[in-house]
Amino acid sequence: MARRDDIESILIIGSGPIVIGQAAEFDYSGTQACRALRDEGYRIILVNSNPATIMTDPELADATYVEPLTAETVAEIIRRERPDALLPTLGGQTALNLAIELHERGTLDEYGVELLGASVSSIRKAEDRQLFREAMERIGLKVPESRVVNRVEEALELARYIGFPLIIRPSFTLGGKGGATAHDPEELRRAVTDGLDASPVRSVLVERSVIGWKEFELEVMRDLADNVVIICSIENLDPMGVHTGDSITVAPAQTLSDKQYQTLRNASIRIIREIGVQTGGSNIQFAVDPEGDDFYVIEMNPRVSRSSALASKATGFPIAKIAAKLAVGVLA
Amino acid sequence: MVLEDGASFTGWTFAGGEAGEVSGEVVFTTSMVGYQETLTDPSYRGQILLFTYPLIGNYGIIPGDEESPKVQAAAVLVREYTPHYSNWASELSLAALLEENGVLGVEGIDTRALTRHLRDKGAMRGVISTVERDVNVLREKANAHPKMVGLDLASSITELSEPVLLPAFGEERGRVIALDYGVKGSIYKELRSRGASVLAMPGSTPASEVLAQEPDGVFLSNGPGDPAALNEAVTNLRGVLGERPVFGICLGHQILGLALGCETYKMPFGHHGANHPVRNFSTGRIEITSQNHGFAVREESLPAGVEMTHRNLYDGTVEGLASPSLHAWSVQYHPESSPGPRDSGYLFDEFVEEISEKKARA
Repeated sequence: MARRDDIESILIIGSGPIVIGQAAEFDYSGTQACRALRDEGYRIILVNSNPATIMTDPELADATYVEPLTAETVAEIIRRERPDALLPTLGGQTALNLAIELHERGTLDEYGVELLGASVSSIRKAEDRQLFREAMERIGLKVPESRVVNRVEEALELARYIGFPLIIRPSFTLGGKGGATAHDPEELRRAVTDGLDASPVRSVLVERSVIGWKEFELEVMRDLADNVVIICSIENLDPMGVHTGDSITVAPAQTLSDKQYQTLRNASIRIIREIGVQTGGSNIQFAVDPEGDDFYVIEMNPRVSRSSALASKATGFPIAKIAAKLAVGVLA
Repeated sequence: MVLEDGASFTGWTFAGGEAGEVSGEVVFTTSMVGYQETLTDPSYRGQILLFTYPLIGNYGIIPGDEESPKVQAAAVLVREYTPHYSNWASELSLAALLEENGVLGVEGIDTRALTRHLRDKGAMRGVISTVERDVNVLREKANAHPKMVGLDLASSITELSEPVLLPAFGEERGRVIALDYGVKGSIYKELRSRGASVLAMPGSTPASEVLAQEPDGVFLSNGPGDPAALNEAVTNLRGVLGERPVFGICLGHQILGLALGCETYKMPFGHHGANHPVRNFSTGRIEITSQNHGFAVREESLPAGVEMTHRNLYDGTVEGLASPSLHAWSVQYHPESSPGPRDSGYLFDEFVEEISEKKARA
């Protein structure tokens, strides 16, 4: 695979404000991407609402917009700059959500902007819990029993089948925002109400809790020739139920035997292929039964994630830089 | 511990302290998991095994994960041993396993410095002693240990006194004779789970006895030592080539190479780990492979009619060979993984496919 010479300019969307509980991981990845793609000779157009990021330093992009990260603003930038491509996988969830919105508004088609790294369908498959569940079932993997609900009453009915405790996860939110655990109907009622408010599409996932299970992550990369490598495994010392962002994590995994680890590795490879992330890094999370070999796939981020920064530092492998280069066919 | 060049390293024993003094070639492996499989791999027979991964013992010892019934390495060097293991399936600690096998385990070694030393200067013989403190004495002992080059460790390693039939799991698709030069147990599991019955025979079995069994194919196992010392095995194999499909792994790959007219050589520090990228020329794809070898087939020595099928992307060395006209092929790496990635299981698929076709024709 050779460098993509049919594209000249690339729009990179940053992640916007750094909020409490998040570090600067997306500035780290976005900065690497700007540098890597400029080194390859592409014209880089950058939009990020946060002027306190390294990536918005003038020398990192050819055109830098410190503007609100809304579909309207980014559409205006596309109208003005006419980029050939948009790389949405390095600016966290904000950038992915914006890319989907720009696709749905028809902006990307109207101006002939190609999505690099991940397609709309693969982003949807990874982000939409129902599509993700179906995708995992197709490749013989399990996700915790669950259903997407739009009303509190639906959640209460579901609880009668699955039982407590349950986890409530709002769709399309940042850093697990609005997520909660419910141990009884009253907690469930409250959690679903809050979750619906937090979700931009007013839906939440109610799912069987695997609280207390062992939590592992694998950082996976794929190139355009369909080679897949695992950059590293990560074990959360705090079990399922403590968000990764609050958890002490260690790379590589510490308490898996080779056979147990290879099972997760094989699953990760099948997942990145099934979801269809064409190039770049993805983060896949697993819950593993502490008393047996049973495991569930928890989620997949079809983009560089907060764990990627940790994985990069732990291994010395610059995930975001390589992801950016793979997206334009270099190195493949 | 003292190496043959006089470099010395100190640590303390965490298991097998009674062993007193052990000598052997010191090799390092970069695998981050799989210490149980590695220690019980007969290809490490008699070697002092150094783990670059700094914490060893974390998940204990899991019954069924061993590659042979005993610890094969002569001694184990680690940075830090973890006595408090954590895994639901484990039943004893690594220290307990080493104690049972009377194998010396040493921790507190500066494994990074030792690995760099071996990487710069090449694999070396070494002596570990819990009694002798004089570096010069130990250095002499290290130099008195037999050199790996020219050493036949494979011919007599087999535990088989007579052939053993291991039936296929499920319906039999073909019957393979496996020549055992120090086989890893998981190789047989891979073959059997694909429908091959395995008749395991000692590596020194003559060609006439192999062919008298009328197998559908012949498998050449992994094993320790210098392949160039295995004249008998090479001669035996020449009698089989062309008569039956042949597939070899690791030492089996080197023996096939020698039988086809290639040369082998000792590598500076070999390949020992579970993350080596290998290019498969027939697909163009990269496989992440499990590796354990100190010798290799020399690329320049490949005669006409012998193809290089796989190449190591770290150092460009030969990772796979094929002689299409003789229906013989082999890989230097370990498609059975254990430990390591399972990217290359297709090699077993292809072999069992070939022998089941052979069976169908017959």
